[in-house]
Amino acid sequence: MRREPPQTLGDYLPLLFPAAMLTIFFVVPFGTMIAVSFFQRQQGGFYTPAFVFDNYARFLSVFFGGVLGFSLMLAIIVAICCVVLALPFTYMLTRMARKVQVVWLVALLSILSLSEVIIGFAWSTLFSRTAGITNILVALGIMAEAKALTPSFGAVLTGMVYQAFPYTVLVLFPALVRLDPTLTEAARTLGASPLKAFFTVVVPALRNTITATLIMVFIFALGSYLLPQLLGRPQHWTLSVLITDQAIYQSNMPFAAAMAVFLVLVTLGLVALTVIAGRKGEAA
Amino acid sequence: MITTPIKRRTLLGAGFAGASMLAMPSILRAQDKSLKVGVYGGYFKDSFDKNIFPEFTKATGIAVESIAEPTGEAWLVQLEQAARAGQAPADVSMMSQVAMLKGQSTDLWTPIDTAKIKNASDLLDRFVNKYPDGRIAGIGAVSWYITLVTNTDVYKEAPTSWSAFWDPANADKLGLLALVSNSFLLEVTAKTFMGGTNALDTEEGLLKAFEKLAEVKPNVRLWYRDEAQFEQSLKSGEIPMGQYYHDVTGLAAADGHPVRSTFPKEGGIQDSGCWALSRASQKSEEAHIFIDYMCQPSIQATLSRKVGTSPTVKREVTDLTDKEFAAVSSDIEPIVPRYDLYQTKSDWLNQKWTELIVG
Repeated sequence: MRREPPQTLGDYLPLLFPAAMLTIFFVVPFGTMIAVSFFQRQQGGFYTPAFVFDNYARFLSVFFGGVLGFSLMLAIIVAICCVVLALPFTYMLTRMARKVQVVWLVALLSILSLSEVIIGFAWSTLFSRTAGITNILVALGIMAEAKALTPSFGAVLTGMVYQAFPYTVLVLFPALVRLDPTLTEAARTLGASPLKAFFTVVVPALRNTITATLIMVFIFALGSYLLPQLLGRPQHWTLSVLITDQAIYQSNMPFAAAMAVFLVLVTLGLVALTVIAGRKGEAA
Repeated sequence: MITTPIKRRTLLGAGFAGASMLAMPSILRAQDKSLKVGVYGGYFKDSFDKNIFPEFTKATGIAVESIAEPTGEAWLVQLEQAARAGQAPADVSMMSQVAMLKGQSTDLWTPIDTAKIKNASDLLDRFVNKYPDGRIAGIGAVSWYITLVTNTDVYKEAPTSWSAFWDPANADKLGLLALVSNSFLLEVTAKTFMGGTNALDTEEGLLKAFEKLAEVKPNVRLWYRDEAQFEQSLKSGEIPMGQYYHDVTGLAAADGHPVRSTFPKEGGIQDSGCWALSRASQKSEEAHIFIDYMCQPSIQATLSRKVGTSPTVKREVTDLTDKEFAAVSSDIEPIVPRYDLYQTKSDWLNQKWTELIVG
């Protein structure tokens, strides 16, 4: 197949459809959100078009700073946990027979079909005192009495890692499948243990993929708002929970929009930093 | 007989459900006279479609087109924007009390002429929603109670007062509603410890109530937005005490679950919805007939029996038996939420509340 830059207007036509979709379903709503974030909130009413910074000013407080910090930290921890778990898992998966791979991938894909609500309720039952996994530990004589493991930070983290894990595997899988097996074979011939070969050859070779996966899971986890409510205490609620409260329950669209814009900006900033750091690392 | 689990007050996602259901209103009978009535989507709409609207059409000849409206304020926003364009997506709508006040601020509601509503005299005063100048903005449609609920396996004796929430013995055992504007816990605090909800008139009073309420925090295991989450935990005894809907708890108990609903001596929390007429509606005549019909003691009794709401008219005028009445209400003076605060001070209250429970 020849590859050359498009020359006539007709060559650009196939691009029009995705471009239009992106404009209609992303650029326009996002622009509306930015506009609304500057509108004047009318307490006890709705909002009026204006250009005020009140909504941003309200957000700049220790309280919201804390919530934002927690949300970012939670998303980062979820991303790291997912990659740490999924990388060896996917690596081993790619070394398995084709049939086994298919079974695993189908199982993982089926997790994706579960809604956040179902995942949340399932884990809250598993972590409950009356019907949870601690009852098994009691039956085995490991624990003295059943106790509730939710609501807690650990429960939130477990739920979110569980939810993001299949995505992580699916993103890592193609890169790991394409990884040249002769690389590890060479390392092994030169006397490296399988573990050493994994860390000194596989991981560095996949550095860009790993960074991209971390960013993807991070952004995915940042939007989570149901699991922190179902499995956590109020101090584990993310900024997304508070945005929902403002938008749906307080009908304070301008403030909700301002928080959302802020969250997007911080996210983009962090992603940019990661990419820049990655480039510097490559150059060095 | 009501057998479906009740999700009628579930706000989460109701907006989307409501919007999608708007596209398919159920038209009962094509007739000359008709009225579009907005009812909370889901359980309420289904019950009204089944038990109330067909009878109304039979009695008055006015066809009802019922429209599922989202709870929360999304419907208010839609009505307001439509009214600006001279449209009425529904003539009469069931509106929450806070939404009533917000609609008043833009004169959204056509004043209701009580001369045309002969059953108005039986209404309890608190179910007549008035503009500041005395015009009537809305008439009570349905009301329900939020009470003190317990798991009977864990609590052999029913608690008698809301102060049970503050008892250190109940550490990590409570399930409470997560929002200041739907839990009404400030009012509960004021009624239980500060002599009444008038104590919330001033900012000092509110701050004192917040301070007192902060003592409850260590006892709370779950701040819930989703009803199903708490109901499940209450039934299993995982979270054995909390605040919940009286009628739903009663139904769960009737199904054999170990739960009970208690009206504390300070009273249950009585929340309600109003019928209100959009100023863009051309159907004022039919709307008055409808509201009058709904205010009849016999219809209110039917609602109590079939839908589980508490009557908006005086108990004496209904033919509810003691058992039927107790299933939906109580003679103990209720705690009526300070809806005005959620209009005038909503952002301040919300901020303080969020800091209280999240901080």
